[in-house]
Amino acid sequence: MSFWNDPLKVAADWLLGVFTAWGMPELAANILIGFLGVLILISILMVLDIGLVWVERKVVARFQDRIGPNRLGPFGLIQPFADIIKLMIKEDITPAGADKVVYNIAPMLSMMSVLILWAVVPLAPTILGVDLNIGVLYIIAAGAIGTLSIIMAGWSSNNKYALIGAFRQVAVMISFEVPMLATLLIPTILAGSMGTAAIVEGQDIWYVLLAPLGALIFLVAAIAELGRAPFDLAEGESELVSGYNIEYSGMKFGMFYAGELLHAFTFGGFWAILFFGGYRFFGLEKVSPFLAIAVLLFKAFIGYWLIMWVRYTLLRIRIDHMLAFNWKFLTPLAFTLIMVTALMNALLSGTSTWLYVTGMFLSNVLVAWGALEIARSYSRRERERIEGKRIVEAGH
Amino acid sequence: MTGEQIVFLVVAFVTLFAGLMVVTTRNLVHAALWLVAALFGVAVTYVILHANFLAVVQVVVYIGAIAILFIFAVMLTRRDMRDQGPQMNKNWWFGAVLAVLTFGGLYFLLQGWEGMTKTATSYPVGFDAISELGNALVSPAGYVLPFEVASVLLVAALVGAVYVAFNPRNGNSGK
Repeated sequence: MSFWNDPLKVAADWLLGVFTAWGMPELAANILIGFLGVLILISILMVLDIGLVWVERKVVARFQDRIGPNRLGPFGLIQPFADIIKLMIKEDITPAGADKVVYNIAPMLSMMSVLILWAVVPLAPTILGVDLNIGVLYIIAAGAIGTLSIIMAGWSSNNKYALIGAFRQVAVMISFEVPMLATLLIPTILAGSMGTAAIVEGQDIWYVLLAPLGALIFLVAAIAELGRAPFDLAEGESELVSGYNIEYSGMKFGMFYAGELLHAFTFGGFWAILFFGGYRFFGLEKVSPFLAIAVLLFKAFIGYWLIMWVRYTLLRIRIDHMLAFNWKFLTPLAFTLIMVTALMNALLSGTSTWLYVTGMFLSNVLVAWGALEIARSYSRRERERIEGKRIVEAGH
Repeated sequence: MTGEQIVFLVVAFVTLFAGLMVVTTRNLVHAALWLVAALFGVAVTYVILHANFLAVVQVVVYIGAIAILFIFAVMLTRRDMRDQGPQMNKNWWFGAVLAVLTFGGLYFLLQGWEGMTKTATSYPVGFDAISELGNALVSPAGYVLPFEVASVLLVAALVGAVYVAFNPRNGNSGK
């Protein structure tokens, strides 16, 4: 077994040999190696996060027909580092009426809720933090901690705008968690396991072909969970200035900002893992684990780009429309889809691959068509009711 | 002392301390946040017991839903964030007696339980706790009846909530 085939295990074994040779007990050495692994993963993610600032600014500039950062270094690549230096040396202001402990814990929790997600991301067949058999539920649990951090930030700032922003964001997050959990169950049904590694291994056919509607609902719920446009009314700069993070300055604001970017990238990654085969790409992942990581990062960036595309193209939705959209349309649709998927999966699992894929795909299309028809007839009736009322009022 | 015992003692101490802070802190939102810490400690205890599913459900349901609703309710009903209520109300002695009795009862019950002194056997190889749990919940030999009764109860509660919130006069909710 060489380093290029299974780098994680080889490195761990080598480190264990070094530490035990120094006279360290094996248990302590193993704990230390675990800590080192976490530290390295988080450091790589934070460096990637710095790059994401540049990517986000360049992409938004293209969408808005601008150039974006272009003064520092080639293509403005040094700009994010200058931003970080600015954030670091900024004065750290705590509002007078703030609840200091809660105020300081909130940005850390926000960043943490994103970073702990990477524990269950299968980067390559052999590179995986921990193979939890409840991987998809773990994603929801991490989201719960993110919700908590936002409400803590909004409350402890002692600011009306921050509190209203936090209320809105939490209302969105706890309601869009429902369709998200429902769509997370679709890969679970198809793979027969809740573990992320097993879900990737089960995708000989990408699940987006078996559950295209599920992939779409997951993307919508993920964008809402991220609080990005068109669901960004927690920030709503025209109404709330900046929402829950209004009172934060310097690196504390930087943690919210970096956490949000990394969160978007992470959900792009989860979209790829759950519906687009994760690190698998026509046998490329068997060549080298490093190639598998590259494939996963590439797919994650495509998902991230799609989230940015939606963000910079669509307008903000009003909060009652958004909650009505979730509870009256997305949630029933997601639950119907689970039932249809489970039924079709049970009916077709013994048949040939072509029949299975076609059947699953067509059942999804049928559910989507039915949902759109129901929504259309409802909106037609609503429109007629309002117009009828107007005619009656005009007659009086 | 093994590593697992040390972790357990630390987690248990933190959980108990957070629980104590829930009932002694004067600020209601702080009490709710300490409650979150206590619930998180219980989740970690589940992890130590290798009950991963219960641990994650504990975080999703209790921290992600119930504690957030507590905080919402407190924020929407109190005027000032520096709200300092009295630490005790006049039922404090009753609560204390109840707590002591519960602890005593549990202590008495667990004294007689043989599992207290035995070491648990480890899982057999290839044992998947979560599929065992899933099978037990839907198999007629397992817990299908309690599971379904609980589901019906929850649906009844949902229907009741919708009925209470529904305003029949204009056929719309509240508007």
